[in-house]
Amino acid sequence: MFDVLSERLQSALGDVRSRGHLTEDDVAKAMRQIRLALLEADVNFQVVKRFTAQVKERALGHEVLESLNPAQQVVKIVSDELTELMGGAGRDLVFSPTPPTVILMAGLQGSGKTTACAKLARHLRTEHDKDVALAACDVYRPAAVDQLVRVGEEAGATVYEQGTGRDPVDIAEWALGRAKSEGRDVLIVDTSGRLHVDKELMEELARIKKRTKPHDVLLVVDAMTGQDAVNVAERFAETAAFDGVVLTKVDGDARGGAALSVKAVTGKPILYGSTGEKLDAFERFHPDRMAQRILGMGDVMTLVERAEQQMDDQRARELEQKIRNEQFTLDDFLDQMHQVRRMGPLSGLLKMIPGFNSAQLSGMNVDERELDRLGAIITSMTPEERANPAILNGSRRRRIARGSGTSVQAVNQLVKQFTQMQKVIRQLSSGRMPSLQQLVGGR
Amino acid sequence: MARTWRELFIVDDGDPGGDGAASASKPEGERGGGFFRRLRENMRKSREALGAELEASVFQRLDEAPFERLEETLIYADVGAQTTASIVERLEREAGAGELPGGADLTRRLRELLAEAAHAGDDRIDLRHHPTVILCVGVNGTGKTTTIGKLAWHLSHELGRSVILAAGDTFRAAAVEQLGMWAERSGADFVRAAQGSDPGAVAYDAIAAAEARGRDVVIVDTAGRLHTQSHLMDELAKVRRVIEKRLPGAPHETLLNLDATTGQNGLRQALLFREAVAVSGIALTKLDGTAKGGIALAITQELGVQVKLIGIGEAIEDLRPFDPDDFARALLEG
Repeated sequence: MFDVLSERLQSALGDVRSRGHLTEDDVAKAMRQIRLALLEADVNFQVVKRFTAQVKERALGHEVLESLNPAQQVVKIVSDELTELMGGAGRDLVFSPTPPTVILMAGLQGSGKTTACAKLARHLRTEHDKDVALAACDVYRPAAVDQLVRVGEEAGATVYEQGTGRDPVDIAEWALGRAKSEGRDVLIVDTSGRLHVDKELMEELARIKKRTKPHDVLLVVDAMTGQDAVNVAERFAETAAFDGVVLTKVDGDARGGAALSVKAVTGKPILYGSTGEKLDAFERFHPDRMAQRILGMGDVMTLVERAEQQMDDQRARELEQKIRNEQFTLDDFLDQMHQVRRMGPLSGLLKMIPGFNSAQLSGMNVDERELDRLGAIITSMTPEERANPAILNGSRRRRIARGSGTSVQAVNQLVKQFTQMQKVIRQLSSGRMPSLQQLVGGR
Repeated sequence: MARTWRELFIVDDGDPGGDGAASASKPEGERGGGFFRRLRENMRKSREALGAELEASVFQRLDEAPFERLEETLIYADVGAQTTASIVERLEREAGAGELPGGADLTRRLRELLAEAAHAGDDRIDLRHHPTVILCVGVNGTGKTTTIGKLAWHLSHELGRSVILAAGDTFRAAAVEQLGMWAERSGADFVRAAQGSDPGAVAYDAIAAAEARGRDVVIVDTAGRLHTQSHLMDELAKVRRVIEKRLPGAPHETLLNLDATTGQNGLRQALLFREAVAVSGIALTKLDGTAKGGIALAITQELGVQVKLIGIGEAIEDLRPFDPDDFARALLEG
């Protein structure tokens, strides 16, 4: 999501990094690129101004000009400032000692509240073992109650609804009563989308809040929101004093500056990211990792966590052994591909590898269809060939190409990529960080 | 003078369609002024809500500051750094060449430039086909279903056209029910299938029904989808092919729904949707908030696709033909 921004920053800082010495002109040039990149990433104009001013000041400051490695210092400063902008370490929901914990969801029309409610319900049920209920308080949008009932059921939550004929404030109160008497752990209150400048509806939201006394109020924000994100956030902060943000549609290619802006302007953290249309596409948001990702430093933790969820312990241990003994073969590669596919879209995962830059990503074909082709090539190989790709001579490659319905070039590319991967894995396992060239390979 | 519905749609010569429901018709002049007043009324909430930054008049003297203030105004409106830069550059050049003496001329000229930028080639919707098929696409949450409901209502009340709505969102929970309610409100026929059905099949059936029942317009709803989901974009392209096969020349209009709060990602959306289904126009929604929808300007500039409709509220009447002059004025005046 923050790809283009990290591209720009890397290219801006790339110039700086390659030189040992920083001039004021260098800094100005870098700042211009950073400003442009942040604006294009939809970061709020004022936030951009403040950020670039701060970075420039520190970059020109004493420590940089006199330090042994000024270029590296600038990189660090940008990274630090960005991390601070994104909000330091991640925070979690607050659970009440006396149930139910009430979570109120609010936001603009179309931000993805209803889906987010169901996802959060499922997340709390599976990750925190909570008994969750949902309150259907969107009485305005046609079929909104129907939608919540269906996705709520799918999420394994009870849905309290009273149709569309009642005042949402009363429905919320009634739902709270139900949740209490039924001993639910959590009650998530879905509300209708509303404009931050709609006086009536904002007052209604305030009333719902007053009546239900939520422990957490979450603002749902679409990741592709532009400059207006700040206006929305400020107004909702005034009326509902939200505690955190759920960022939705994160799986798109929106640059996501809105996330930075909301945090910078309201001080409220982003708690969750919604990363797809299925109910399990929901994860805790880690601001420090996100900041690193913006700068192309990868998001290693999430990758590991996801892998842990999907991989068998046994298989993981076996793989580790193989990597240690440098016995990683094409069979293992094929196996890994299948594992990786289950984890999620390949491009999303690749972006998490440290140093993996999206400019290279666009050159490298990571289409899911490509994986099919690679799989076909590998299965056209004999076990011996898979175990030892060094024996692949011209006639073998031709045979494989025919058998897999691809070309000799494709076979060559696979072998090349695989060899690169072996090198990378060797380096990773020995604790060294592979270089960009090695990660990309074949370019 | 704001655009009227009759100016937006191309209808057969001598077709009395415009005399539709008399209660909704007003003399053109009055309706023009009425439109802008309504737009202003809906946007009044936003004007009051905004701070001092977005003032009515941006310019006072002809020096750096006005251009910087202008740049800020346009960036805040999501016009984007590049489009803003090219417009401001042009203005500065003209100002420098002495073609714009005073502050007032600067404002006027800027409005002209913005209105020009908001206009690109094909700006009308052709209703002369029988039936006319309109395909609605867009990212999740942009207001497709609501826009379709409003459009159906306006087609029937302003132009006396009969409409069928095709429930092509077979994915999202209760999406079909949602469209069904709009069909009821707008007096349109409704064609649907079971959840999980092939959306192309629904479109196909709707066109067949339109021909059989003699309906004028078919509007096909589709599921919201991120443009980055290539398999979903393939599915959309397939829906379009099915429509084309069933009725050569259709869909006659493919509208991309775009949320006015969208930032620069709108460009990516427009690009990829256009690649998949040849988008011919944009419905810019949720303009009743504080977002100005400036990204539409960038899209028109870079991709040559124009906004044809704007959504200005959640009520069924809250849809208007796009008017570049009004849009330009709103961008500057807040």
